[in-house]
Amino acid sequence: MNEQRPITIIVVIILIGIVLLTKLFMIQVADDSFLKRAERNAVQRLVDHPYRGLVYDRTGKIMVYNNPIFDLMVIPKEFNVKDTTRFCEIFNIEKEELIEKYTAARKYSSVKPSILIPQVSTTEFAKIQDYLIDYPGLFVTTRAVRSYPQASAANTLGYIGEISGRQLERDTTNYYRQGDFVGLSGLEGFYEKELRGVKGVKYKMVNVRGIDKGSFKDGDYDTASVAGRNLTSTIDLELQQYGEKLMAGKVGSVVAIEPKTGEILAMISAPTYDPNLLAGSKFGSNFGVLNKDETKPLFNRPIMAMYPPGSIFKIVQSLIGLQMGVLTPNTTYACNRSLVACHNHPSPVNLFGAIRNSCNPYYHQAYRAMINREVSSNTFKDTEIGLDLWRDKVLQFGLGGSLGIDMSGESKGSIPSSSYYDRIYGSGRWKYSTIYSLSIGQGEMMVTPLQMANLAAIFANKGYYYTPHLIKAIDGDNTKINKDYRTRREVGVDAHHFDLIQDAMAEAIYGTAARAAMPDITLAGKTGTAQNPQGEDHSVFIAFAPKEDPKIAIAVYVENAGWGGRAAASTASLMIEKYIKREVARLDLEDYVLIGKFM
Amino acid sequence: MRQDDLYINKIDWISILIYAALVIIGWFNIYAAVFDEQNAKSIFDLSINSGQQLLRICAGVIFILLIMVADYRLYDNLSMILYVFFMILLIATPFIGKEVNGQILTVGIGSVRIQPSEFAKFATALALAKFMERPSFDLSQMKYQLQALTIIMIPVILIMLQPDTGTAMVYFAFFIMLYREGMPQRYYVLALTFIAISLLALGIENNLYLVFGISAIVLLLIFLGKKKISRIISFAVIGVLLIGYVYSLDYAVSKLPQHQQNRIMVLFNPDLDPLGVGWNVTQSKIAIGSGGFVGKGYLEGTQTKFDFVPEQHTDFIFCTLGEEFGWLGSLVVITLFCTLLIRLVFLAERQKTRFSRVYGYCVISILFFHFMVNIAMTIGLFPVIGIPLPFFSYGGSSLWAFTILLFIFIKLDSHRIQMLGRMN
Repeated sequence: MNEQRPITIIVVIILIGIVLLTKLFMIQVADDSFLKRAERNAVQRLVDHPYRGLVYDRTGKIMVYNNPIFDLMVIPKEFNVKDTTRFCEIFNIEKEELIEKYTAARKYSSVKPSILIPQVSTTEFAKIQDYLIDYPGLFVTTRAVRSYPQASAANTLGYIGEISGRQLERDTTNYYRQGDFVGLSGLEGFYEKELRGVKGVKYKMVNVRGIDKGSFKDGDYDTASVAGRNLTSTIDLELQQYGEKLMAGKVGSVVAIEPKTGEILAMISAPTYDPNLLAGSKFGSNFGVLNKDETKPLFNRPIMAMYPPGSIFKIVQSLIGLQMGVLTPNTTYACNRSLVACHNHPSPVNLFGAIRNSCNPYYHQAYRAMINREVSSNTFKDTEIGLDLWRDKVLQFGLGGSLGIDMSGESKGSIPSSSYYDRIYGSGRWKYSTIYSLSIGQGEMMVTPLQMANLAAIFANKGYYYTPHLIKAIDGDNTKINKDYRTRREVGVDAHHFDLIQDAMAEAIYGTAARAAMPDITLAGKTGTAQNPQGEDHSVFIAFAPKEDPKIAIAVYVENAGWGGRAAASTASLMIEKYIKREVARLDLEDYVLIGKFM
Repeated sequence: MRQDDLYINKIDWISILIYAALVIIGWFNIYAAVFDEQNAKSIFDLSINSGQQLLRICAGVIFILLIMVADYRLYDNLSMILYVFFMILLIATPFIGKEVNGQILTVGIGSVRIQPSEFAKFATALALAKFMERPSFDLSQMKYQLQALTIIMIPVILIMLQPDTGTAMVYFAFFIMLYREGMPQRYYVLALTFIAISLLALGIENNLYLVFGISAIVLLLIFLGKKKISRIISFAVIGVLLIGYVYSLDYAVSKLPQHQQNRIMVLFNPDLDPLGVGWNVTQSKIAIGSGGFVGKGYLEGTQTKFDFVPEQHTDFIFCTLGEEFGWLGSLVVITLFCTLLIRLVFLAERQKTRFSRVYGYCVISILFFHFMVNIAMTIGLFPVIGIPLPFFSYGGSSLWAFTILLFIFIKLDSHRIQMLGRMN
């Protein structure tokens, strides 16, 4: 009987061998999940965050850069100090604080780094750098925080912040991760893709305690981060800062454009804030304060605020009338104040006189001629057709819709259409007498300061404009910016019609804005008053200069400042002087603007 | 002198070659397990485990030479003395030994420490061989069964007291030898049934399924066999006892110390507590499983090198092999072990005396048990019990004990002709 048993034992040995090899085959060859788990165990994916692109102004001055912040880190296990007093002296730390921080670090982990001294300044860092080698377990890590050396153009530049859950969901490219910083507003937001660069990845091997054991596969899978692209802004930082100085203590906007290119030279939103307040770790606490501020410093007025255009719109009316043939330079109307109020000036006036004197009845009558063309015998129908035809021409001037500036949050403004009035009064139940206030830029009409500045550029250019924009080059290459910003847009009015307009605007300075006149630069401008049902009217002024070869077109809004000539015109004039001459000589006028309280 | 020539020619070089291969592969794996790329040291460096292990291998070679030149009759004559000596040493260990992790396993002077429970294996094997050598010894009789069991149980109880359950369990491997020597088969059938039902009872949540299964099999056996009253009653009794056992097992397990309970439960579900008790098995499976077919390459393993696998150079040394040499590496080593074991079965069967045959089967039993349980636990087929992989695992005691165990048999085998003469 026992003779069979050695065979049984051999069979059992072989069977066990087969069982072990089968199970091994199952986990080693047939199942690759263990390989993945092994990599998850030992390979750590470290994201190498790229440097965000810088922003320069048009003259090459830096507007936004990344400020390195140094944190002094400690690995408690390796850290060893013999002379504590000397250490505290070198690193400028109190002994109690050192002990407290070290104990906390030790409690967190004796082998993983913790912050010992946060935010060491660059100068301090230079001082301690040489001593670091004497203290094992100490090293410095660098973080970058957005920094604004001039503390200027806050609303234009925008800010960055931690990505929100909603943004993460919308990110179809799967680029962002929780905790990433993204541009949330202004240029930071609009040019996020250009500024952010490309993240790099480092694969590092770690042991069971998370300690670095070198790169994975000699770094073959690592990719280096690519720094973000640098933007060259159209902003003239000096002009921008000067404008901010003039607008300090006021509420309003200044937008200056180079007419020939559509480049925005300055864009001031007042009141403003120091952009450094929203950089780095201060974002959380400061954002709430700014957001709750009653003066709304985060509200980007030049592109978001809307006002009725007021008298300045009469120029657009004149141009459309001329192009339609309804008006000629010799068309005269009486200043019939029974139609609409006006101020004292000679009557009747021709077109030139109407612009110069900003005659309301003139435009009441001229606009009726533009609207009621007698294409229909029904006066209601006729008005409806006339309004829509007229509106199409107005839209050509970049009004009633977003211009398409390279910044989000731009308001459209509004130029009412027939359907707008239909909704209010019902179809066929309104006529010219309902809409006549449009003739003088009042009523249901709204424009933004940016659209207003663009109008000034159109008048300067005699009939065309480039979409106003804030970035002229990406990585120094101006062909990389959106084609839309390099496309000339015609407004559909022949250039020769502008001659009279420009002359009248140059004249008008001496009529309604004498303070704005300059001895050696021919300024063409027009005052306006945006009616404000809540309080004193807003002061508006647009201008371009020099009239012969316009270099700058500008729109200035000063809220609650009353009639346009006082505040807005002076500010615009100073801005033009600053831009063209680089120095302001009229210090008395500057004082007048600075001291004047228009709030 | 003629005799010496004779026995050298009879030495089984196949076993020795396989032994050498396993020791060398093991040594390289110990180096791989402690290798640190950032602080690379030579495999011979005495400050790391591989250098230390080399010293132990050299000492092992000295042991081999001593065993081979000694008189073969020595082992026969000294067997009972050795057994008694090591039993006394086991008793003394708790009093003179050094405590490590709550266990007192080693005795020694200075840095040279040995683990008596490892050496007691070959002493027990020799004692069993000596005891069973008597012509009257017949395992079909209860008296002799009890005698053999006593020799085995003395070290088991002593080692359990240390406490070192894993090593104590190894002594049950001698039942493989007893099987060959004529221990009645029904014990093994019963034991296997018992083990199978235990595993099922622990593995299956609902005991009812098991109760139905046992009832069905018992009824089937009753109806298929002869319908004798005594047979039906005995089957029914066995069935009832088994069902009772199923229900008592859960209770018994709950009475075990927590760490043993955990080790058993983790076998059935390693994900139960992957960072706690399941850690060893989970990490060991990850290490081995990530090796793939050909492995990551020598010294390229990440799991073992970066300490994810605990006890990677001792009980879990197989992980390093599995990770760096993949399934092919596992195939080679498992084949080497199986070949050695089968070769030893052949050697045992060609012995002319019962003493050396019994001893041979003792060697097979112990090596087989260690090999099977150690590898099975690293891949989650067996609960984690801390026993080393023969010839592989780091540590002097286990290497020397296995070497002495094996080479006494090789020595005996080379003298098989003379031993016969002496017996006659």
